[in-house]
Amino acid sequence: MGVIILLLIASVSVATIFLGAFLWSVKSGQFEDDYSPASRILFEDKPSSSTNNSDSKKPLQVCK
Amino acid sequence: MPTIQATKIQCFHCGEDCTTDNIRLNEKIFCCEGCKMVYQVIDQGGLCTYYDLNKNPGINQRIIVRTDKFAFLEDKKIQQQLISFRDDEQTRVTFYLPQIHCSSCLYLLENLYKFDPGIISSKVNFTRKEVEIVFGTKGTSLRRCAELITSIGYEPYISLNDLEEKRPPINKSMIYQLGVAGFCFGNIMLMSFPEYLGIDASEVGLRTLFRSVNFILAFPVLLYSALPFYQSAWKSLKHKFLNIDAPIALAIIITFIRSASEVISGTGGGYFDSMSGIVFFMLAGRILQDKTYRQLSFERDYTSYFPIAISVLKDEKEIPTTLPEIKAGDTLLIHNEELIPADGILTKGKAFIDYSFVTGESLPVPKEVGEIVYAGGKQTGTNIELLVIKEVTQSYLTRLWSRDEFKQANQKKNTSFVHSLARYFTYILLSLVIITATYWWMNDVSRVWSAVTAMLIIACPCALLLSNTFTNGNVLRILGRNHFYLRNAQTIEDIAAADHIVFDKTGTLTSTQEHDIVYKGKLLSKAQQKQVASLARCSSHPLSRALASSIGFDPNVVPTSFREIAGKGIEGFVANVLVSLGSFEFVTGAKRNSIGTAVFVSFDGNPCGIYHFHNHYRKLVPLLFERLKRTYKLSVISGDNDAEAENLRQVAGSGADLLFEQKPEDKLRFVQLLQRRGSKVMMIGDGLNDAGALKQSNVGIAVAEQNNNFTPASDAIIDAGKLSQLDRFIYLCKANRNIVMASFILSIVYNIIGLFFAVQGTLSPLIAAILMPSSSLSILLITFGSSNLLAKWLKL
Repeated sequence: MGVIILLLIASVSVATIFLGAFLWSVKSGQFEDDYSPASRILFEDKPSSSTNNSDSKKPLQVCK
Repeated sequence: MPTIQATKIQCFHCGEDCTTDNIRLNEKIFCCEGCKMVYQVIDQGGLCTYYDLNKNPGINQRIIVRTDKFAFLEDKKIQQQLISFRDDEQTRVTFYLPQIHCSSCLYLLENLYKFDPGIISSKVNFTRKEVEIVFGTKGTSLRRCAELITSIGYEPYISLNDLEEKRPPINKSMIYQLGVAGFCFGNIMLMSFPEYLGIDASEVGLRTLFRSVNFILAFPVLLYSALPFYQSAWKSLKHKFLNIDAPIALAIIITFIRSASEVISGTGGGYFDSMSGIVFFMLAGRILQDKTYRQLSFERDYTSYFPIAISVLKDEKEIPTTLPEIKAGDTLLIHNEELIPADGILTKGKAFIDYSFVTGESLPVPKEVGEIVYAGGKQTGTNIELLVIKEVTQSYLTRLWSRDEFKQANQKKNTSFVHSLARYFTYILLSLVIITATYWWMNDVSRVWSAVTAMLIIACPCALLLSNTFTNGNVLRILGRNHFYLRNAQTIEDIAAADHIVFDKTGTLTSTQEHDIVYKGKLLSKAQQKQVASLARCSSHPLSRALASSIGFDPNVVPTSFREIAGKGIEGFVANVLVSLGSFEFVTGAKRNSIGTAVFVSFDGNPCGIYHFHNHYRKLVPLLFERLKRTYKLSVISGDNDAEAENLRQVAGSGADLLFEQKPEDKLRFVQLLQRRGSKVMMIGDGLNDAGALKQSNVGIAVAEQNNNFTPASDAIIDAGKLSQLDRFIYLCKANRNIVMASFILSIVYNIIGLFFAVQGTLSPLIAAILMPSSSLSILLITFGSSNLLAKWLKL
């Protein structure tokens, strides 16, 4: 019987965590734009600082 | 006719066909200087990945934005309206960029800081096509930001509408309520299983534990998730009106009370799972319903299309002025491709005004100095000056928009057959409850309570409501996939009910982009045709342009010299032959009455022939009329004269009424007349001159040629290319009603089964727990399945 109470507490608290995650994700607007985050992660972000100093000596890269 | 080129070269930036291969940079070929410039900016910024992510991702830049277009962004008052946040450190602004279409756009716009170190960051919202830019207040300015994104090909769309108040953020509370309800529903369901599966009677402690956990979990559902139903029911009761939410609210409260008393007295487990299930499914349906009934951005008025500011000439200086501040007597400077915001008299320049925005007519209208120019047109060609005679809000166009008829039209809502059905349901249920109660009162008083509560629990009208919501939602989705966008779910029923279809001609049945050009006169050789085309290409007149593109252009034939008289014609030497193109008067020197839209041509002073311009009817329009005329009365209504009558008769067939020379008011009155005769009118139009008729009709459908084109306020927007499928769309809308009815009947069957147990007072929680979700789920399956099958069958 003690085990069942323990399991009950565990399962309800796991469910509560998921409920919290859901509420948080709605609140932070994760369902509002479903395209940009997916493509944003694919951009290879070259270090942005290099464009200012070291890169300036090199000839400008040419678009292929 | 001569072919253009053997191989087509695509512009490296925008992917359009290049007419010449002279515009080059870094071995790339561009269609115009604009595209090349954008490429240059991107190349220098080191963001060439833009071109690697997608093929030819750019936006065509043939129309170059003039340099000081965004001068008005220096104005403090305008800045305040546009900027969402500002302090000494940074400023935040959101621009609407309708050009955003792919991941390349995203990449480029989120790397703005590489172009201008003053920009701190930028973030794109792809669905809303917006970019939020954060820039250092000292580092750069709002104008420079706008000019930067314009220089890379994304001109921000800033309209007069932005000067007005900001939209409120979307209300998310119902989604939170749904989340909480789902959480409680799932857990209560789980905890109810031991009871359903017959928990051993010796385990009393455990059983009590499960029951009390259920009891606790039911509280958030009762007190938080179900709030929308109480509010709606209370509101309708205050208005002495019984809406569908009243029995739902009643069912929720009664279920809770009965279950709570069972748990406290230890006589049973209660119906907490059914209760939270009702709330969960109903909330899901309600959210979907809100989504389908949410007004798409159809309530647009002129403020969405007018620019925010325009140049006013004062003491020879251009001063950017916001539209509300323009007074009668000001002199406006209208640049090429700018919208004329107020009625005025042309004082300087040659006006070629494109009224396609207002009338759907594709050919610009020439205006001479001294003539009155109405607001709403777009100037094409050179700059003009205009003396304002009426303020923006008083102009012909804006008055048309704010007519009283339009305001009244908003009241024709909430006539759905579902509402009346739902009301019957409520009355029948309540009378059944009373009958059952009196029966048991006389026979077995102890069963009154259990029978009555069980009836209210089981006969909840949720399946009824869900069937409507889900079918409508799915039909809207299917139509939207086919570029037919409805304002809301009510429009589906309106479309199904219509029995008379009125078409506008210009811009609706005809295309604004193409013309049929017919040549009459002496036969021209291929070489002569090429000469005509090469001369026509040099002209800025839209007729010449259309002529040149229809004949086709040969880069080897170029006029050695030419002279153009705007509004009259063009003449020049091509291959040592003097070619003139233009009006009859220009070409021959003699006067003659107009014979419709035509261009005359002469070689070395000998008049040869006439190019007639006819409206180009959209493809498959005759077939559409053929199919529609079996079930509908059809009318075609046009603002033009009846020169096209014969052509139109062929297109529309013998059954249709044709009306010509109809002013906007006449169109509205025609629709009114049909309605007074008892017809339900569907009006299909495009321009602002149809706006009145579109609003007056039972369902108004606007035709949009391009995605971002202007459409007047309407109930639905259809993509011009999909017009020929209109009959199938209508069929789907009609079937919508049958699907809803079928699932209604199913839900009533479920209700009867449940009530059969309930009136006897023998409804066990297990039966309720099975009936509730299974009715909801089977309704879901039926509505989605049948509407999708039907769409497949209709090839939508």
